[in-house]
Amino acid sequence: MPRIAVFISQRLVKAVFVVLAIAVFNFFLVHAAPGDPAAVMAGEAGAADAKFVEQLRQQFGLDRPLYEQLGTYMGKVVQADLGYSYRQQRPVFDLLMDRLPVTLSLTLTSFVLALIGGVALGTLAAMRAGTWSDTAITVVGLTAYATPIFWIGLMLILLFSVNLGWLPAFGTESIGAGYTGWAALMDRVEHLVLPVVTLGLFYMAVYTRLTRASILEVRDMDFVKTARAKGLPEWRIVSVHILRNAILPVITVAGFQAGHLIGGSILIETVFALPGIGRLAFEAVLQRDYQVLLGIFLLTSVVVVIFNLLTDLIYSLVDPRIEVAP
Amino acid sequence: MTAAVITPSRRGSGFWRAFARNKGAVLGLAFLLLIVLMAIFADVLFPTSPWDMTAAPFEPPFSEDALLGSDTLGRDIAAGIAHGARVSLLIGLTSTAVAVLIGVCLGAVSGFYGGWVDDAVMRFTELFQTIPNFVLAVVLVAIFTPSLTSIVLAIAIVSWPPLARLARGEFMSLRSREFVQAAVTTGQSNLTIIWRQILPNSLSPIIVSASLMVATAILLESSLSFLGLGDPNLMSWGYMVGAARTVIRQAWWMSFFPGIAILLTVLALNLVGEGLNDALNPKLARKGRA
Amino acid sequence: MMTVSNSNASLLDVRNLTIDLPRGADRPFAVEDLTFTLERGEILCVVGESGSGKSMTAHAVMGLLPKAVKVSSGGIRHDGTDVLSLPERDQRALRGGRIAMIFQEPMTALNPLMRVGDQIDEVLRYHTTLDRAARRARVVELLASVGLPEPDQLRRSYPFRLSGGQRQRVMIAMALAVEPDVLIADEPTTALDVTTQKQILELIRDIQVKRRMGVMFITHDFGVVAEIAHRVAVMQKGKLVEIGPAAEVLNRPQHPYTRQLIAAVPHLIEHREAFGDERKPVLTAEKVCKTFHIGGGFFAPSRKVVAGNALSLTIRQGETVGLVGESGSGKSTLGRSIVGLIKPDSGRIMFEGVDLLSLSRTAFRPYRRHVQMVFQDPYASLNPRHTVGDIITQGPVAFGEDRGRALEKAKALLKLVGLDASAAERFPHEFSGGQRQRISIARALALEPKLLIADEPVSALDVSVQAQVLDLLEDLRHRLNLSMLFITHDLRIAAQICDTIAVMQKGSIVEIGPARDVFGNPQHAYTRQLLDAIPGKGWTIPEDVMSTGRHGAALRTSA
Repeated sequence: MPRIAVFISQRLVKAVFVVLAIAVFNFFLVHAAPGDPAAVMAGEAGAADAKFVEQLRQQFGLDRPLYEQLGTYMGKVVQADLGYSYRQQRPVFDLLMDRLPVTLSLTLTSFVLALIGGVALGTLAAMRAGTWSDTAITVVGLTAYATPIFWIGLMLILLFSVNLGWLPAFGTESIGAGYTGWAALMDRVEHLVLPVVTLGLFYMAVYTRLTRASILEVRDMDFVKTARAKGLPEWRIVSVHILRNAILPVITVAGFQAGHLIGGSILIETVFALPGIGRLAFEAVLQRDYQVLLGIFLLTSVVVVIFNLLTDLIYSLVDPRIEVAP
Repeated sequence: MTAAVITPSRRGSGFWRAFARNKGAVLGLAFLLLIVLMAIFADVLFPTSPWDMTAAPFEPPFSEDALLGSDTLGRDIAAGIAHGARVSLLIGLTSTAVAVLIGVCLGAVSGFYGGWVDDAVMRFTELFQTIPNFVLAVVLVAIFTPSLTSIVLAIAIVSWPPLARLARGEFMSLRSREFVQAAVTTGQSNLTIIWRQILPNSLSPIIVSASLMVATAILLESSLSFLGLGDPNLMSWGYMVGAARTVIRQAWWMSFFPGIAILLTVLALNLVGEGLNDALNPKLARKGRA
Repeated sequence: MMTVSNSNASLLDVRNLTIDLPRGADRPFAVEDLTFTLERGEILCVVGESGSGKSMTAHAVMGLLPKAVKVSSGGIRHDGTDVLSLPERDQRALRGGRIAMIFQEPMTALNPLMRVGDQIDEVLRYHTTLDRAARRARVVELLASVGLPEPDQLRRSYPFRLSGGQRQRVMIAMALAVEPDVLIADEPTTALDVTTQKQILELIRDIQVKRRMGVMFITHDFGVVAEIAHRVAVMQKGKLVEIGPAAEVLNRPQHPYTRQLIAAVPHLIEHREAFGDERKPVLTAEKVCKTFHIGGGFFAPSRKVVAGNALSLTIRQGETVGLVGESGSGKSTLGRSIVGLIKPDSGRIMFEGVDLLSLSRTAFRPYRRHVQMVFQDPYASLNPRHTVGDIITQGPVAFGEDRGRALEKAKALLKLVGLDASAAERFPHEFSGGQRQRISIARALALEPKLLIADEPVSALDVSVQAQVLDLLEDLRHRLNLSMLFITHDLRIAAQICDTIAVMQKGSIVEIGPARDVFGNPQHAYTRQLLDAIPGKGWTIPEDVMSTGRHGAALRTSA
């Protein structure tokens, strides 16, 4: 088998194990929740008499031994059955699928924006290390890194929607405006600007710091001296020799942070009233709808695992030494 | 090429001199002391409970009975910020302490013993690193009902993996260093080796990470209470911003000032962390600079 | 691409060059008032110990000085043109075009993410007008000319696939890409094994003759100097102390520093008498085997590295056994197995009638004190946070000795290894590399071992310090009647200090015998190859330098 194929299949097997482990963890969380699950469910369904609770207990196999319940649960998870939300009167999986597109478009756009912006700014700062532009980028980065994203969101709304009136603050489209075609698309894009910027800003700060540090480290390496000794022009030394090597740790961290990004979307969707997974999570928290909450937990974990697979793939394309990586 | 022409200063007064060379770090430390004093003397500064109505609702800032304005129920924003400092610092510090305990123990065992122990611990750590951390924190706090303990534990549970990896890396590289091998050949026990040879040498990166982790923990706490998952008996900055969310058009100050408090505290902690890094890891820090 | 040369001028003319160090450094100048020339068709060796400014000089010529370091006066002319005053653009054309450089560490000098062919191609792209096809042909031709096999395939390899020697060849091919007239080689063979070093030296000499290049060859090793130099410049603390034709400097050195350096060069002449079989063995290794498994997982099989293949040897009372071999030959593995840092797969290690390998951790512990180790890296082998006194007493204290008594003994030991007793209160960073190695030896002796394992104890030290530490070890083993296993890659050092020599190659001992026999009449082809590769074996250190210089070095024991 070619080395890349070996590497990818190793990662795939690992990903499957990770997802299964998270599902098991999820199962125990359900059981760790205080109170009798059947009683909780009955409460959610709005009927709390003992007979109904007993009926639920039998229906969901809650009277069976734990390992048997685990087996049943895993069987259902494999079939994408994440349970039923009595509050919303719908299967959890359907609820999630409805909400997923908004969250994916929000997080992916933010991620791409943050990565491009962060690498560009980090490179600029590192190349001018010690000058005022480096200081400015570092200070702005430090501040963005210290700011709670939900608060940035609110402040941007205050500035751009309330005071300046340039951009819409809530939702994904102007309700009742009746836009079609191009106008409808632009309307949707306008609604995404503030949330994407808010979520992206924090991670842009992270990638800026990382890129800057990585470049400063690579800049002093022997092979850069070799490139200088070859008489190459400075731009080529930076782009081909320094940047390509400096980007590797940024990719690694970006992969690790996919999960954080999705977590951040809970806050962003709450602030901007976007109907995504995050908003659903907020509603589930308010209503104590554990089935939905745990479904979200499992789904977001799967999304992160897929994302990690993608970064592994990118990494293996950039770095020829993958067999050396653990 | 110029081996050892620059001799780094070490320990003792050298530490403070190196720390003080970083202006931002000194500024951060000063501000942090201010916040700590505010938290300690919150009851003296604002004797009435931050939950009590002390002014008319929706008073703008700089009004007579509410310096930073009042909220929808006429509660003093300034009093809320002073009392909220306690919660932020308390949760930030304790959850970091718990996370350091978990992370360093797992990382140390993993890095020192290597082999299958290392494999098992690292798979476990990777699993926790894959799980979206904020989602897990929300789930944990929601399921175990919001309280000081559940919040601290949830934050610790989602924060320890990076520390475990760091401690593992340190222990692993130190484990194969010659002075540790010399300790093995001179017959010192494993416990002595971990405690006297390895731990003191791996402490400085761990201290730096921990100081930065306090900042992250405060951000996490504020995010949880923003979503309404704070301890219902304690006034906190995140809760204040969350409560102000729906009235942002009418009362900007309600969300503005608590947010500034979070921002400055977290910024100060990050600056102090960087200063510590400069002072404790002079070689790395020099790389990070020009 | 080449300008017509101004044939009267020297190829390289460095005049009154002074380079400032940044404030806070341990001296004001990296290089002070340095003057020398390099002519067409000659190899000039610049020799000096670490910190002598020899590398700085080379970097100044290339315009590669670090930002904090500046040329404050003097000039560098290449073929009549003042290099330092050229605009950046022309300096770039000079670098890689007419002056090329190769570095010490081939493992890190190539970009890990770029195919080696592309890295050579880059030079051609920026210094010639050749088109893509012509450049490709030239890359293949260059790779072939430095003796690399299957150049057309190798062109597409990434650096991590190549060995150190191969990478250094790629570096040389890259340096030769546009036929420069000056080649600066900064310790190009220091990181390589002796047999590879020999090949690279031959390659550089060949190319230099063929192309009539001027080569500035920086080294710390007088053996290498004797091998290739036409002229020699000796530097000490930034100043040039002696310059002249190689035969003059090597055989009739004038400056005391040069004499001291030459006297410290390890040499093959001190063959000892064979060590008798009649003394009782202290330790016997019998058929010790160890295989390392590297990498591997679900789909990829792990790579096997045989570090020990049925290794057997005996160390007798008072005997020093030398274990020599190139990197990766498994010599350290045997040493580490004896002190219990590595668990071999099979075999026996008999010590006083007990098989150490059969013992459990706790049962092994009492034996630890009898076998002690001195490590290679003086900077990594002492805990930076403990005082020297602590470091030396930790062993005895772990074996139940009273701390006060242990400290008294530690102070006596410090005196024994040539340091002051007050050193006990200080921290390791206050000492030089040589002094640290003395501390390391004191720590090993604190447990009163019967056997000392010395794993490359002097290879991280400058030559003059090397000689002193070797003298100390030699002295101690006579005084304390120690047995020693001395692990080294340097046959010259082994020849000086060992009674018995075991030669290792790829995990096996290929030859073992009295030092005099192994060096005088080697049986195995590999031993002959190793001996043949020793640089400067045709040169005999002049007798008068030997006696005076050696004596002078021995007096300064605290270096």
